[in-house]
Amino acid sequence: MTDALLRMRGIVKSFPGVRALDGIDLDVSAGEVHCLLGQNGAGKSTLIKVLSGAHQPDAGTVEWRGENARIADPMAAMRLGIATIYQELDLVDGLTVAENIFLGQEMATAGFTRRWRTDRAARALLGQLGHPEISPNTEVGRLSAAGKQIVSMARALSHDVKLIVMDEPSAVLDKEEVARLFGVIRDLTADGVAVIYISHRLEEIREVGDRVTVLKDGRTVATGLPAGETPTSEVIRLMTGRTFEYVFPDRVERDDEAEPVLRVSGLSREGEFQDVSFDVAPGEIVGLAGLVGSSRSEIIETIYGARKSTSGTVTVHGRRLRPGSVRSAVSAGVGLCPEERKSQALLMAESVANNVTLATLPRFAHASFIDRAAERSAATEQVNRLDIRPQDPSREARTLSGGNQQKVVLGRWLLTGCDVLLLDEPTRGVDVGARSELYDLIRELAAQGVAIVMVSSEIPEVLGLADRVLVIREGRVVHTGPAGEIDEHQVLDLVMEGSVT
Amino acid sequence: MSERTTPESGQPAAPTAPPSEDEHARLESAAEAGGTQSALRRLMSGSAGRNLGLVLALLIVVVIGVATAPDRFPTVDNTLTILRFASALGVVSIGMTFVIAAGHIDLSVGAIMALASVWATTLASQRMAEDFHWVTMVITALAVGASCGLINGILVAYGRMASFIVTLAMLVGARGLAEMISGKRNQIAEVQGFLDFFGGEVFGLPVLVIIFALVAAAAWVLLNRTTFGRRTLAVGGNAEAARLAGIRVKRHTMVVFALVGVACGIAALMMVARTTTGTSTHGMLWELEAIAAVVIGGTLLSGGRGTIVGTVFGVLILATLTNVFTLHNLDTSTQAVAKGAIIVVAVLLQQRVAARNGGP
Repeated sequence: MTDALLRMRGIVKSFPGVRALDGIDLDVSAGEVHCLLGQNGAGKSTLIKVLSGAHQPDAGTVEWRGENARIADPMAAMRLGIATIYQELDLVDGLTVAENIFLGQEMATAGFTRRWRTDRAARALLGQLGHPEISPNTEVGRLSAAGKQIVSMARALSHDVKLIVMDEPSAVLDKEEVARLFGVIRDLTADGVAVIYISHRLEEIREVGDRVTVLKDGRTVATGLPAGETPTSEVIRLMTGRTFEYVFPDRVERDDEAEPVLRVSGLSREGEFQDVSFDVAPGEIVGLAGLVGSSRSEIIETIYGARKSTSGTVTVHGRRLRPGSVRSAVSAGVGLCPEERKSQALLMAESVANNVTLATLPRFAHASFIDRAAERSAATEQVNRLDIRPQDPSREARTLSGGNQQKVVLGRWLLTGCDVLLLDEPTRGVDVGARSELYDLIRELAAQGVAIVMVSSEIPEVLGLADRVLVIREGRVVHTGPAGEIDEHQVLDLVMEGSVT
Repeated sequence: MSERTTPESGQPAAPTAPPSEDEHARLESAAEAGGTQSALRRLMSGSAGRNLGLVLALLIVVVIGVATAPDRFPTVDNTLTILRFASALGVVSIGMTFVIAAGHIDLSVGAIMALASVWATTLASQRMAEDFHWVTMVITALAVGASCGLINGILVAYGRMASFIVTLAMLVGARGLAEMISGKRNQIAEVQGFLDFFGGEVFGLPVLVIIFALVAAAAWVLLNRTTFGRRTLAVGGNAEAARLAGIRVKRHTMVVFALVGVACGIAALMMVARTTTGTSTHGMLWELEAIAAVVIGGTLLSGGRGTIVGTVFGVLILATLTNVFTLHNLDTSTQAVAKGAIIVVAVLLQQRVAARNGGP
């Protein structure tokens, strides 16, 4: 390891309602693989975006090769020699490999592309990356996820790159492809290129990483840890624990003998998850814990019929739901608060009232003419019951805060009188103050006899709110048990390494 | 997000509190807003404000007409000519408002209208009308329109094809079929009962204009007061959210296209009555005229919102403009250039309004 390539000090970045980065320090040396670890929401993604010029920090300094640098936009990052390979690869599917690699810096004479020279240069880069089998003339859309990643890296290398940021590159790769990726990373670092490597898989970090920096709640909690020697328990200890405490309402006594409302058995969806089985009794909250990409949301959406299962059954009150039919689920009394409120649940330009009554419109209609007085009073009732602020049902949904928008979606399903409520990341984008309000609400609904299935990336939230926890790792349930008998460390260990140590 | 955020932990507003001044509500919600004062305020800042802009635009066109042709423009006869001209396009544009509000586009409206006009005026159709009743011509035109619209709808909803492509194909296909049926000849409508009814007047108002008014009123109710209308806006505003709320998005999309087809059938009858011919050249470029009218009226092309009142104004503005041009003997080419420019300006203005409202 040689001189410091990148020094970030006291980086702060706030978004409305959230302080995503709250004083990050990061040192990266030339020729090292520097791993970033942290739970969801710890600030990894925001940090990368600051580094790649997509976000501007509110405070803090960035030193690049010993000089102060301001990364004003992605072009500036590129000029400095910083390349980012995002999880969502940013390639043009319809163009060839070579065209993608040189996109924006095409070799041309008087506007005419120099195809032959471009292809030769592309071939050289692909060879350098150990993938000479990828033809420069292949359409990128035909490549596998791994192939696309190589093209992204070739594009990075086509610039004079000093630092490559890889955001969970292994998430889309199989074992063999990961091994080849590591070979490429080693070759790069041997040439003095630094790599910032983000992954949730500790074994990978052990294998390829040199040093580890751990982020938590937007702060650097540890930096420069040796990747190979730091014990797992130490890493997990650093990642867990909170600077603020969640406050969860007390659990209520339930009738354990109650017949389950929702019964999921052997549910599978090819390529996403296998053999998921569990029951939920009235008043019970079952939490699904797992990393992003572990197919938690897919499981929820398949139960709801928004995705079609390849095998297995879902029954509600003993009645089997038709696979892939949302209407079948809704009419059986199932409601879903989806992960992406804005794109999957809300009509942003419509009023709160129209959003609340969307699933129950026929109830307010006589011969399909809407009785607007009845509709309005029903909506007002939900607004008051859920304490949606401002208490004005005619306000457009987009003017509400995240927490209140979530309440609008909840209100929609409460109005249907549903017995099963599926909550996918109910507190995403909701600020800390409003969260405890939602927790109270969810508990209250359970106390009224609603069976609830909840997904959250925040492990404390699952443990604090659910009665029973299912831990999901790569599409499989690896642990089922009462929420009180497992702690955050154990869950994190299960989702990262698959075994309780 | 809006320019104004609501403090999460702020004092809960009383239910009757007047809405903020910068809130731009739609006319529909303004009408039922609690308190006259707030309703008025909304009226001025909301879509009524935009409608006020449309009234102003129409007035400007009228003033230009009066100023440049004081002897010929402001007459009862000329006004009725404008209205008669506006009615068929108006009915098509109202149909178009629904498709656009549902997040799609229909390029085949003019062609469907031509096909329906030809089919309803073939020798066979007219003989049947003479033998039984002229209503058979009406039924023919409506059935042709509905069928074409249904085909569009099925392909878009269940065939998962882009509405742009499907209706482009229908445009070409339906007009071709109209040419085949008519042999590219103008078919003169000679069924007297039909001509008498559609060409007639009630209390001095042409039946065509009355039909336009009735269609507009029915469409307003359908869009603003029924579950169908609400769902159309939901599907157009956020199809995924609508699907996850249990709405049959595909079926709904199909029905919307069929509805436009019916509107084209009605327009075909009006066109046959006005010109006494059925021909494959009816409704040339009407898809563009209708889209222009809808957009000028303030319906966003992105879907999720629709205003029938705006569309009616859009059609009236276009029709009056055409009338003024015609009174001055401007050739159609010059008219086209002028219209093109006016449409661009109208959409530019509309985008400004949408951006200020923070709309989608």
